[in-house]
Amino acid sequence: MSVLIFLDQADGHIKKSAFEAACYGAAIAKQTGTIAEAIVLGSINDDLAAIGQYGITKVHTVKNDALNHVDAQVFTKIIADAATATGATVIIFSNNFNGKAIAPRLSVRLKAGLVSGAVALPDTSNGFIVKKNVFSGKAFANVAINTAIKIISLNPNSFSVVTTIGTAEVAAFAANVDAAKVTVTNTNKVVGEVPLSEAEIVISGGRGLKGPENWSLVTDLAKLLGAATACSRPVADIGWRPHHEHVGQTGLAIAPNLYFAIGISGAIQHLAGVNRSKTIVVINKDPEAPFFKAADYGIVGDAFEVMPKIIEAVKKMKGLI
Amino acid sequence: MKILVCISKTPDTTAKIAFADNNTKFAADGVQWIINPYDEWYALVRAIELKEADAATVIHLVTVGLADCDPIIRKALALGGDEAIRINADSHDSYYIASQIANVAKEGNYELVFTGKETIDYNGSSIGGMVAELLDLPYVSLATKFTLTGTSAEIIREIEGGEETDTVQLSVVVSCQKGMAEQRIPNMKGIMGARSKPLKVVEPSAVDAFTAIASFDLPPAKAGVKLVSPDNPEELVRLLHEEAKVI
Ligand SMILES: Cc1cc2nc3c(=O)[nH]c(=O)nc-3n(C[C@H](O)[C@H](O)[C@H](O)COP(=O)(O)OP(=O)(O)OC[C@H]3O[C@@H](n4cnc5c(N)ncnc54)[C@H](O)[C@@H]3O)c2cc1C
Ligand SMILES: Nc1ncnc2c1ncn2[C@@H]1O[C@H](COP(=O)(O)O)[C@@H](O)[C@H]1O
Repeated sequence: MSVLIFLDQADGHIKKSAFEAACYGAAIAKQTGTIAEAIVLGSINDDLAAIGQYGITKVHTVKNDALNHVDAQVFTKIIADAATATGATVIIFSNNFNGKAIAPRLSVRLKAGLVSGAVALPDTSNGFIVKKNVFSGKAFANVAINTAIKIISLNPNSFSVVTTIGTAEVAAFAANVDAAKVTVTNTNKVVGEVPLSEAEIVISGGRGLKGPENWSLVTDLAKLLGAATACSRPVADIGWRPHHEHVGQTGLAIAPNLYFAIGISGAIQHLAGVNRSKTIVVINKDPEAPFFKAADYGIVGDAFEVMPKIIEAVKKMKGLI
Repeated sequence: MKILVCISKTPDTTAKIAFADNNTKFAADGVQWIINPYDEWYALVRAIELKEADAATVIHLVTVGLADCDPIIRKALALGGDEAIRINADSHDSYYIASQIANVAKEGNYELVFTGKETIDYNGSSIGGMVAELLDLPYVSLATKFTLTGTSAEIIREIEGGEETDTVQLSVVVSCQKGMAEQRIPNMKGIMGARSKPLKVVEPSAVDAFTAIASFDLPPAKAGVKLVSPDNPEELVRLLHEEAKVI
């Protein structure tokens, strides 16, 4: 009996969401009186023994350049073998792009019930019940997993990373690495930008900004705060901003600590992607804009007048002027 | 070329979310049902475009659901599906649903299985991957572009912080999202034609569900917005720094 956590990596570094998954898995291990182990696939440049800080006893590694691209079929087999070898009864993923590709396959392979999009620790007082997001953040479902092995994928930014003192044992896991049936011919990553799904602060603009030429009101503030940028759907549809910035019901769903919305009305389909943010700030000139109902802080005013002053104030706060 | 498109029914995006029976059931009274947007706008429309480019293509639709799904299935047929199969079962367990779909897929020998990226009600993002594993097929998730060249497909999919181009031999399971196609509206001819298209209802095969929904909760209501004067935006920065502690 143990908890096994899949640590997702990109470019040789463990992702922030994977540390959340590690802490979450370690907390479940503690709750159920067992240990937490982790598995990392591909070539890693990080010090893996340091993962012990997140409550992980042992890290299983499969160093193989072929695993630097995630192939769900290949990864599923290796993780299933590792789960069997370690006797894992709970397996944790981050509910990010890779988690969504692998966890469902693993669920079938191990005949293990999956709850995707978990937002809290399971309730193990009577069965095994996991709280997850449903209706695009508008509600939660408490889902019982009724199989012997349980798989949970944790929503990013819903469990805090807490570190202690500890060192993990690092051991190579002897895995059969199959040839991938999917060939990756090209990858195109936006370099130097904070990925939207992992960002703690997101500055977002809507049609109220009138045109792409005014986007410095969004990007200047984002740069100052180390934030990612996002936009409403019409903004991406008209081509003012790239598609990957579109958040909402049909775009990306995010849950940053701060979501700062400028000139966005707050239509229900937009809110579906951002309503899990911890703090929401709305700048809109219309006091009736529905977004104010979902906001924590707001200014009823013209973004073109208000935003430059906000940017100045942040610079002052940061001691830049 | 045979394509199977997975179609699910969800409440309209503006539906009020409330629960009944001691918070164990979605309160469906007065709710308008639609085809899950990812299934309709992206999976189905891209399948229709592939058919328009190749006279030999057929599109089958599959839905796991009760008779109340028939109106949305008819709409999918009106848009351009050729034939529909409804598996007469009501379940929210992804494994149960995926198993039923995989059975249909096995029988029909489809070269392509399209699903949506996720259902906007239960947000599982799981069915596509599960169906692929059940069929032992590759799965390309979160596709934004799909092109066919003979018996292989070139797919652009979203990855964290960017995109990736994949090539894969058919058969393959693909989950579809924005970028794959543009939303279409059924025309009169499609709506009339849909009435005579086959909608086959089959009983589910026996499968044990892995999970069950015990109850639902609504998030606590927000305390209300704290408004700052537009003449004093500096105050907002102070509040975010000192009170909310987010910057
Ligand atoms: C099925 C479905 C799915 C959808 N999915 C999504 C989705 O995923 N994401 C999404 O965003 N939308 C989605 N939509 C669209 C959504 O309904 C709204 O149309 C959209 O979010 C509106 O974008 P907006 O707020 O930028 O623009 P608008 O609605 O045009 O609002 C602009 C706002 O800017 C304000 N404004 C104007 N000038 C200024 C100024 N100078 N200073 C300050 N404020 C100003 C206005 O008061 C207004 O509130 C979906 C719709 C449907 C039907
Ligand atoms: N009951 C169902 N019947 C048919 N297809 C479904 C059903 N539920 C989900 N799907 C398909 O699987 C996709 C992902 O659903 P989910 O994993 O539930 O988020 C959906 O977009 C549909 O294409």
